[in-house]
Amino acid sequence: MNPPNPDRIIRYTAGTRINHWIVAISFVLLALSGLALFHPALFWLTNLFGGGPWTRILHPFIGCVMVAAFYLLAAHFWRDNLMQPRDWIWLRKIDDVVGNREENLPDVGRYNAGQKLLFFTLVVCLIGLLLSGIVIWRVYFSAFFPIGAIRAAALLHAFFAFVLIASIIVHIYAGIWVKGSIRAMTRGWVSPGWAWKHHRAWFREVGKGMHPK
Amino acid sequence: MPLQSLDIVRRSATTLPEPEVRGAHTGQVAKLIDTTKCIGCKACQVACMEWNDLRDDIGTCTGHYDNPHDLSEHSWTLMRFFEYENPKGDLEWLIRKDGCMHCEDPGCLKACPSPGAIVQYANGIVDFQEENCIGCGYCVTGCPFDVPRISKSDKKAYKCTLCSDRVAVGLEPACVKTCPTGAIVFGTKEDMKQHAEERIEDLKSRGFDQAGLYDPAGVSGTHVMYVLHHADQPGLYSGLPENPKISPTVRLWKGAAKPLALFAMAATAAVGFLHYIGIGPNETDEGDEEAARRESEKAP
Repeated sequence: MNPPNPDRIIRYTAGTRINHWIVAISFVLLALSGLALFHPALFWLTNLFGGGPWTRILHPFIGCVMVAAFYLLAAHFWRDNLMQPRDWIWLRKIDDVVGNREENLPDVGRYNAGQKLLFFTLVVCLIGLLLSGIVIWRVYFSAFFPIGAIRAAALLHAFFAFVLIASIIVHIYAGIWVKGSIRAMTRGWVSPGWAWKHHRAWFREVGKGMHPK
Repeated sequence: MPLQSLDIVRRSATTLPEPEVRGAHTGQVAKLIDTTKCIGCKACQVACMEWNDLRDDIGTCTGHYDNPHDLSEHSWTLMRFFEYENPKGDLEWLIRKDGCMHCEDPGCLKACPSPGAIVQYANGIVDFQEENCIGCGYCVTGCPFDVPRISKSDKKAYKCTLCSDRVAVGLEPACVKTCPTGAIVFGTKEDMKQHAEERIEDLKSRGFDQAGLYDPAGVSGTHVMYVLHHADQPGLYSGLPENPKISPTVRLWKGAAKPLALFAMAATAAVGFLHYIGIGPNETDEGDEEAARRESEKAP
């Protein structure tokens, strides 16, 4: 372990980071294999998984890994993602958010309102994907459900997957957009200036307890 | 029957038209099953097993004559028996040879995600190409007649081929060949409809006022049709659907949802890209670090 560095604020521990990347990698595999079976134009993506039957076999198992890893992560994160009054003000000033005018925004805690909404979107989508996915998991479970339920589940699975993929595109872009964010999830730390600029309320909480100066 | 080309006019999971120049200009084919002539001997089941080299497991008696009691990957056709007490109080034994209906608008083909795993020939036959099948079971989800079955061992989908191999060389399907009462006949769809007309006229003259042809319009007609004594109540025949059509859920899932979802995902990424190009990244500069330092020093 390195000694505490005044230029670094720890944002994610190694365990949390590994957990996040298990979710992220399984998401990428799921999106690629799922899209391969969703639209004929993307069927070639099955080649990445060893062909159509292997894509069909692997997808639901990877899904189980993602759901398990995601809810472990969510159990860790949910408390910091509850909406607070200042979050609604933040959302109303979405123009300033998009325009990089953070000086006009209320102080942000560990997560901003966008991150919080994303969090709950993911929580809902993953429940939906898990339940609908079980119904359309032909080999083990479909025989237990009536045809109407299977048809509805197939459509819902596609719907939740669409919302999830679109949300993750926003999530990935946010990481590219707000410089210094990706390092928080790869190396675990952010600079004090980053915390002060983007998550000032969190910066002050950290300063009271953990920050060395 | 003339020799039939097996030119493919529709292929699952493709976005462009298949070669369409060679069509079935001498007429598409159809099998007509006359339930009023069927005696339930199951010779068609045996012929199907023989020709297609299928052997189902020996099942158990479930208290009725259906044997086996359901279609399976090894049983592509099945006589379904139903005892109907008509309003006069008489018993009618309604027997229906179940199996793939070879829809003109096949729900299985619409639902299939694997290119070329389900095809439709110019002559109308809908066929599964097991070597392209990935075993997802979407064909089961799409079928309005509950016909395809996924093999428990190889996880591929199977169903009646309408003996496409026999039809291609000018032979009738095995079940037709073997039927001892002539209840199953095969020919061009037009001829079969005409034959059905004669049968229906005959049935009506014998008191079956509601006799009629089952060629459901909801799936644009089928290449397996029934003559029914009670065409007004197809459900009597062991649950033959009254108005089969591809479920709206499946239509949405396999129709508008596909291009719209891909477009929306691409648009989301494009908006991000344009934001980066137009407004640019949100960076932390030395001023922010300085402000953070000042605030930390002030703190107790």
